[in-house]
Amino acid sequence: MTTDAPVLAKPASRRPSWIRRHSPPYWLSLIGGGWMLAFFLIPLVSGLIVSLETGNPLTGYHLTWNWAIYQQLFVHSDIPYTTFFLRSLYYGAATTVLSIVISYPMAYYIAFKVKERWKSPLLFLVLLSFFVSFVIRTDMWAFILSNQGIVITALRDLHLVGKNFHILGTSNAVIGGDVYNNLAFMVLPIYVALERIDGRILEAARDLYSNGRQVFLRVVLPLSRAGIFAGVLLVFITTVGDPVVSSLLGGVGTYTIGQAIQDSYLTNQQFNVAAALSTALMVVLGLIMFIYAKVFGTQNIENLV
Amino acid sequence: MASLTRTRDGRTRSPWLSGFYWLVIFITFVPIVVMVLYSFNNAPTSRITFVWAGFTTYWYRNLTQVDGLSHAFVTSLEVAVISSVVSIVIGTPLSMALGRYRFWGKGFLSSMVFADIAAPAIVVGAASLSFFLSINLDTGLLTILIAHIAFNVAYVVVVVRARLSGMDSAIEDAARDLGAGPLTTFTRVTLPLLWPALLAAGLLAFAMSIDDYVITSFVAGSTVTFPLFVYGAAKVGLPPQVLCFGTIIFFVGLLLALANGVLNRRHLIARAATEDDAIAVIQQREVEVAPVRV
Repeated sequence: MTTDAPVLAKPASRRPSWIRRHSPPYWLSLIGGGWMLAFFLIPLVSGLIVSLETGNPLTGYHLTWNWAIYQQLFVHSDIPYTTFFLRSLYYGAATTVLSIVISYPMAYYIAFKVKERWKSPLLFLVLLSFFVSFVIRTDMWAFILSNQGIVITALRDLHLVGKNFHILGTSNAVIGGDVYNNLAFMVLPIYVALERIDGRILEAARDLYSNGRQVFLRVVLPLSRAGIFAGVLLVFITTVGDPVVSSLLGGVGTYTIGQAIQDSYLTNQQFNVAAALSTALMVVLGLIMFIYAKVFGTQNIENLV
Repeated sequence: MASLTRTRDGRTRSPWLSGFYWLVIFITFVPIVVMVLYSFNNAPTSRITFVWAGFTTYWYRNLTQVDGLSHAFVTSLEVAVISSVVSIVIGTPLSMALGRYRFWGKGFLSSMVFADIAAPAIVVGAASLSFFLSINLDTGLLTILIAHIAFNVAYVVVVVRARLSGMDSAIEDAARDLGAGPLTTFTRVTLPLLWPALLAAGLLAFAMSIDDYVITSFVAGSTVTFPLFVYGAAKVGLPPQVLCFGTIIFFVGLLLALANGVLNRRHLIARAATEDDAIAVIQQREVEVAPVRV
């Protein structure tokens, strides 16, 4: 507020009014904020409303505040939605853990073990698969890992696996595909966190007679917690809701909640069921993330995304 | 002091870490290589097969042979261009509000941007369809655009805001003190400094839009975009032309990203030239002086 300086005080009439001084951020954010409010936030809430409607695709749906649908779907349902839900959460958890295990050494390598000028190119290589369309690169794995594909044929010819061995259609294929698709989302935030660590702290730790393992476990790992946190957030949420990987790489036994939402909405046109499933998914993910943030949280998640 | 050959943790290279890194990178390259390779496969089938029958550019010369594929690709391009331009136009002012001012409701807006990026696509897609149905808006190209702009604005805000926070607002204050109005300050000072960020945000938004399957699948109605076409075709086997389009997108994207990187680097070098010179001089001195000191 430079205009408040008493010495340089301008005549009262030339000083902008309170509204003139305080309104810029509002009109700046009017259209962008309004758009997100109208087409992101309000739809999220309207999803809840649609889930409470009853009816059928032919006669249309009407709001009847049918809260019982949640009980019908998850407790007394012919279709095991609870199983799909738990399976998706399991895929999400397994993918997240595997992503950390694979991404951490990669991020560590780039942050600490290479010279400054190689960092950008090495990070770029991690991102390279993003230049291939998501559906194509997932389907390429289906192509490579199929029963007549390169990998299985080679393994079979080497007699390393039996005739009935297959990869596609298994949970492991889905988890593998998810890890592949989300790896960069874990590497990048961890790298950013590691890069922020002051090298002098590591020197200090060594000067105080820490061995390599202690430096890592007691200095580097705790300081990179925020990066892991951001990575977990991105990877877990993306994986739990994803319908594509489980559909292209999985089979009957890998049906996920994402596929259930898509099928009930687009194939069966059970709008209320789909909306209820997606609302439930959002609430469960929100709760898990809230608890996770409370337990391991850092303040500035937004800075890392 | 051999600081130039040293890495940041002050120790020698680690073969295990570097081996691991390259192994993972190698695995992530496998689908890319297979895609590029099989887009040139001379197998006379309209679905991709493993049998390698020699090299051909036939599929590239007959890109438009597959029903609906080119149309879907053009639709995707249109959606990506329009949604990234619109999201930059409406997202940049929003980032300036969030990056340059303190105001009531700022926390709410930031959280909404964060939630937009963090929310699972399947939930956003289903919710958007519910919304469009409840306001009786027919799904199609228009609803795809609305939904794509809604998620792209968030990406634009994240990128542009990061750039703004690294920019010294004193320059803008100086322009204002020299008598420039808000509009002049923006067009003559802020905008030129923001260009690299706007370009990066535009590329990111374009990439997010052209690659989106999940949200689009809900709000597309009977409109078919490239990812929707590929997903539909994947169930029965991809036509080789899909791999051609994938290969073209891959290399064009790669070129754009590299060009952007070069531009950015030039920009950074121009800005940091003096600093770098100073550091280089100091390091050079240390190298020269060190033996003498011993």
